Amino acid sequence: MGAEVIELENVAYSYGGGELLSDISLKLQAGSFHFLTGPSGAGKTTLLKLCYGALMPTAGEVRLFDTDVRAMERDDIAYARRRIGVVHQDCQFLDHMNVADNISLPLMVSGRDLLNESANLKELIGWVGLKSRADALPPELSGGERQRAALARAIIMSPDAVLADEPTGNVDWEMSQRLLRLLIELNRMGKTIMVATHDLALIRAAKSHVQARVLRISNRRLQLAGADL
Amino acid sequence: MDFTRVTEFIVGDTQADRVVPPTGFTASLTLFSAAAMAFLAVFALALSMATGRLADRWGSELARSSTIRISAPEGQMAAQTAATLKILETTKGVASARALEPDEQRALLEPWFGPDLPVDTLPIPQLIEVIEEGEGFDAGGLRLRLAADVPGAVLDDHTRWRRPLVSAATRLRMLGYISILLIGAATAAMITLAANAALAANTQVIGVLRLVGARDTYIAQAFVRRFTLRALTGAAVGTALAGLAVFLLPAAQDEGGFLTGLGFRGWQWVWLLVIPPLAAGVAFSATQAAARKTLKDTP
Repeated sequence: MGAEVIELENVAYSYGGGELLSDISLKLQAGSFHFLTGPSGAGKTTLLKLCYGALMPTAGEVRLFDTDVRAMERDDIAYARRRIGVVHQDCQFLDHMNVADNISLPLMVSGRDLLNESANLKELIGWVGLKSRADALPPELSGGERQRAALARAIIMSPDAVLADEPTGNVDWEMSQRLLRLLIELNRMGKTIMVATHDLALIRAAKSHVQARVLRISNRRLQLAGADL
Repeated sequence: MDFTRVTEFIVGDTQADRVVPPTGFTASLTLFSAAAMAFLAVFALALSMATGRLADRWGSELARSSTIRISAPEGQMAAQTAATLKILETTKGVASARALEPDEQRALLEPWFGPDLPVDTLPIPQLIEVIEEGEGFDAGGLRLRLAADVPGAVLDDHTRWRRPLVSAATRLRMLGYISILLIGAATAAMITLAANAALAANTQVIGVLRLVGARDTYIAQAFVRRFTLRALTGAAVGTALAGLAVFLLPAAQDEGGFLTGLGFRGWQWVWLLVIPPLAAGVAFSATQAAARKTLKDTP
C-alpha cells in the first residue's frame, strides 16, 4: 500500500439544515479496495461526491492527492477529477454522442489528440465488451452496457482511483459479476477502488477474490463493517 | 491582441464543439436577433452619417455666408448697392461681397415664378452675397452702420434660421449613435438570454463535462464559440440585406433634400464591414459573462 489518494478527516456534511454525514474519517490508500455500504439514503452517494470534490464538506477536511479541496481552485479540482474516475449509478452520458465518443470524453476535455489515442480506445472498448456497440447512442444501450461504458469512460485516463456508485444497481447478477471482475482487474493493476453498493451478495462474492475493506454508513457515521460480511 | 488565440477561436476545436448538443431554439433565436439588430444598426448608421453630412454642410455654409437685401426706389438702387459694398469692404470679418447679377436673381425666383420672369421690370430687391472669414463680422455693428448709411439695406444673417436646423441635424446624428448603442445593448441582452437558456437546458451536459474533468474555461468556450459564430453569421446576413436596401435607396437629389441623401458615401460603406465583427464581439462578451456566472453558480 502507498500514500493516500483520497483522505477525509472528521468530515461532516449538512444540507437543508440537516446533517447528512458526521465525523467521517477515511483514508483511501493507493491500490486499496473499499466497499461502501449502508441502506438507501444513508449518504453513500454524498460521501462519494465528497471524495471527488463535487461537494464541499461543511466541517472537517477532504484531501485529494494531499491537497485540501477548500484550497483548490476550480481548475485544480478539474485536474484532480482526471485522476479519479467516477462511475455514476445513472451513468450520465451525453446522449447526442455515441458510446465511443462518450468513453473518450475525458480525453477530449483534457485536450488529448484522439487520433493518437484511438488504439487505446479500441482496446478499452473491447475490454469492457462493447466493441459491437461503439457507434450506438447511450439511450440504445442496456443497463449493463451503460455501466460498462461508464466504467470505460472512468478509466480511459488511467486514473489513480475509481469511485463507483451502485455500479450493479440496474443489472442482473451475471452482469454484476462481470462488472465486479473488471473492477478487481483494475485493482490488480494498482488502481484504488471504492464501490458504493447496498448489494451485500456482491461484496461477499468480491471478498473471495480481493482483499477489500467494507465500510458501512450508519446513523450519519462511517464504521468498519462486521465479520458478517 | 493575441491573433493566434483569435485564430484558434475561429477555427475552433472540433472535438470541443461536439460536446454541446448542436440544435435548440436558441440557435435560431440568436441568428434572427443578430440579423435583425444588424439590419437596424445599418439604418441607424446610415441616418447618423446622413445627418452628420447635413449638419456639417449647413454648419460650414452658416459660418461663411450672409445676405444683404436692398429695397430702394429704382433710381437709388445702384447708389445704395455701391454704398453697401463700400461699407462691407471696410467691415472686419468680411472676406468678400458681391451683388448678385440679374440672371442669378432670376434663377433664385424661378422655382416660384417660372423662367420667364421679367426681373428688370419688377421692383425686386438687390441681393448682396457676403462671404465671411475668420470669426465672422459683428452682425449688430454692421446693421447699425447699414441703418445709418443705407436705409433700404437689410442684413439677413442666415444664422438665425439655420442654427436650429444645424442643432436638429446634430441631435439627430446623436440620436442615431445612441440608437446604435441601444441596438448593441439589446443584442447583448438577447444573446445573454439565449445563452442562459442554452446553459440551463444543458445542465446535464455541464454536469457530465465536470465529472470527467473539464475545466470551466473549456465548458464556457464550447458555448461561447457557438453563440459568437451564430451572431457573426446572423449579423453578416442582416448587414448584407440592409446594405443592399440602403444601396437601392434613391440617389441624393436637391429636390428630395435630406430623404434622398440617406445612406453612405464613399469610404463610409466600410462601416458595414465593422458591424458583423462588432456583433460577434458583443455575443462573445455576453455569452462569456453568462457562462462564467452560470458555471460559478453551478456546484
